[in-house]
Amino acid sequence: MAIKQLSIFVENREGTLVNVTDAIAKAKVDIRAMSVADTNDFGIFRLIVTDIDKAKAALEEANCFVSVTEVVGVAINDEPGGLAKVIKILADNNINIEYMYAFITVSGQFAYVVLRVADNEAAEKILVENGIKLVSEEDIENL
Amino acid sequence: MHNHYYQPEAETMPVENIKKLQEEKLKKQVRHVYDNVKYYRDLMDAKGVTPDDIRTLDDIKKLPFLTKDDLREAYPYGMLATDLKDCVRIQSTSGTTGKRVVAFYTQNDIDLWEDCCARAIVAVGGDENDVCQVCYGYGLFTGGPGLNGGSHKVGCLTLPMSSGNTERQIQFMMDLGATILCCTPSYAAYIGESLKERGYKPEDNKLKAGIFGAEPWTEEMRRDIEKSLGIKAYDIYGLTETSGPGVSFECEEQTGMHINEDHFYAEIIDPETGEVLPEGSKGELVFTALDKEAFPLLRYRTRDICVLKREKCSCGRTFIKMSKPMGRSDDMMIIRGVNVFPSQIEAVLLNNGYAPNYQIIVDRVNNTDTFDINVEMLPEDFSDTPKTITKKEKDLQNAMKTMLGINPAIHLVAPKTIARSEGKAVRVIDKRKSYDTK
Repeated sequence: MAIKQLSIFVENREGTLVNVTDAIAKAKVDIRAMSVADTNDFGIFRLIVTDIDKAKAALEEANCFVSVTEVVGVAINDEPGGLAKVIKILADNNINIEYMYAFITVSGQFAYVVLRVADNEAAEKILVENGIKLVSEEDIENL
Repeated sequence: MHNHYYQPEAETMPVENIKKLQEEKLKKQVRHVYDNVKYYRDLMDAKGVTPDDIRTLDDIKKLPFLTKDDLREAYPYGMLATDLKDCVRIQSTSGTTGKRVVAFYTQNDIDLWEDCCARAIVAVGGDENDVCQVCYGYGLFTGGPGLNGGSHKVGCLTLPMSSGNTERQIQFMMDLGATILCCTPSYAAYIGESLKERGYKPEDNKLKAGIFGAEPWTEEMRRDIEKSLGIKAYDIYGLTETSGPGVSFECEEQTGMHINEDHFYAEIIDPETGEVLPEGSKGELVFTALDKEAFPLLRYRTRDICVLKREKCSCGRTFIKMSKPMGRSDDMMIIRGVNVFPSQIEAVLLNNGYAPNYQIIVDRVNNTDTFDINVEMLPEDFSDTPKTITKKEKDLQNAMKTMLGINPAIHLVAPKTIARSEGKAVRVIDKRKSYDTK
């Protein structure tokens, strides 16, 4: 069920991000969600895209250093307290969130959020048991 | 003018007497080494030279050279020429087992070495009324122990500060009225800056002279230091292989360093052919230790490029002068006073599972050397968070520190991003202007 995330290593230099975004644009792939983790020397640009295989191939073609990680996509009711509910479920079950970020696009009733946890299956199981809707690869394609 | 000497009979000896003395000492030393150092005896035998062939100073040309590679081969005891029971100390350079030099000293070796440092202190105007602040590193590094010993011999009040802790250095300097400062030139410049930042003017300190060595520096840097500290800045030269600082030192003329010729014989050679070049030629400096007992290196190639000149000096010393080193005939860098070889960095990378694909970037910012190493990360070390990479950087930095003795900043970069060589790889980018080349 987990969704696939692209991580791209970007050195803190002018132009490195242009190279990345250009490659994705040329591959005609849409970005659905993104976040950047940064340090003094480099950043890690994380993306959820409509066609991960195509994006990855295009990035590698452009000499980008890429890795693929599985993350949990969660559909949260787009209303006050929606996110709090999900976070509380995970906290109550001792599941630590390493990082999280939101999708750029929303679909009516839901806001989509990406969660990075140590054990995807465990997190997914707990969330489903608590009536939370997960985001699938198809959902992303249909956005 | 401070026309006085620590050992006038040696320092002002007529040139012909120096040569005679060197010749006598050379013959004796070659015999001592041949009899006691199998490694060198084998080299001589291979060249078909015996101690009997060395009758004049000029015959030194017949002797084989020693290089750092030989010291690596012979590590740790292969160059030792006395019983260990006669040795009282070691000093050492940083580096791997291979590149590390461990030099042994008898009490007499220490005495002569400290005499050389004492000569340097007296040559800059030092005497028993002076307060001598030594902020070279103490320990295995020769800088601290050498100048400390020299300062004792002169009778200065010695402040054995060792390196670092600038706050404390300044406090002692100002509170105890240090008059002579011994450290690396870049640290002297840094202290100058730090004093200024604290609102001190050059005339606020009691310093009159500084003895600065262990790394190359330019005339421009000399003028800057002299201005910022309100002192005269003097150069001193030496290397662990020959004893330590004090092999040569500057007098008030500041036109080169007088080599302590009663203890050392210097030659300039063509680094390519090994041919001895006439006086005044630019080439690689080679030293023969004439008096050393425990670790007596004959014709040791320093890899420093410089010029030797014997001219009448206004200070009255008759010893030949060497110019400041103008470069190296190998790839050694001197970073924060520490000798660093790219091969050491390569060894650490290989030991830690990295490909030997790296780039070293050295610069000098605010009078302190910066030392950065870019290394290509292993593909499996990259996932989606920075923490694996930053931990790997920290681990590699610790391994480098253990090997080199100084801390580089490690930057892991993406695989295949450091230019692969078509021809010779540019492994080192040194942006410092360390040498005057004319």
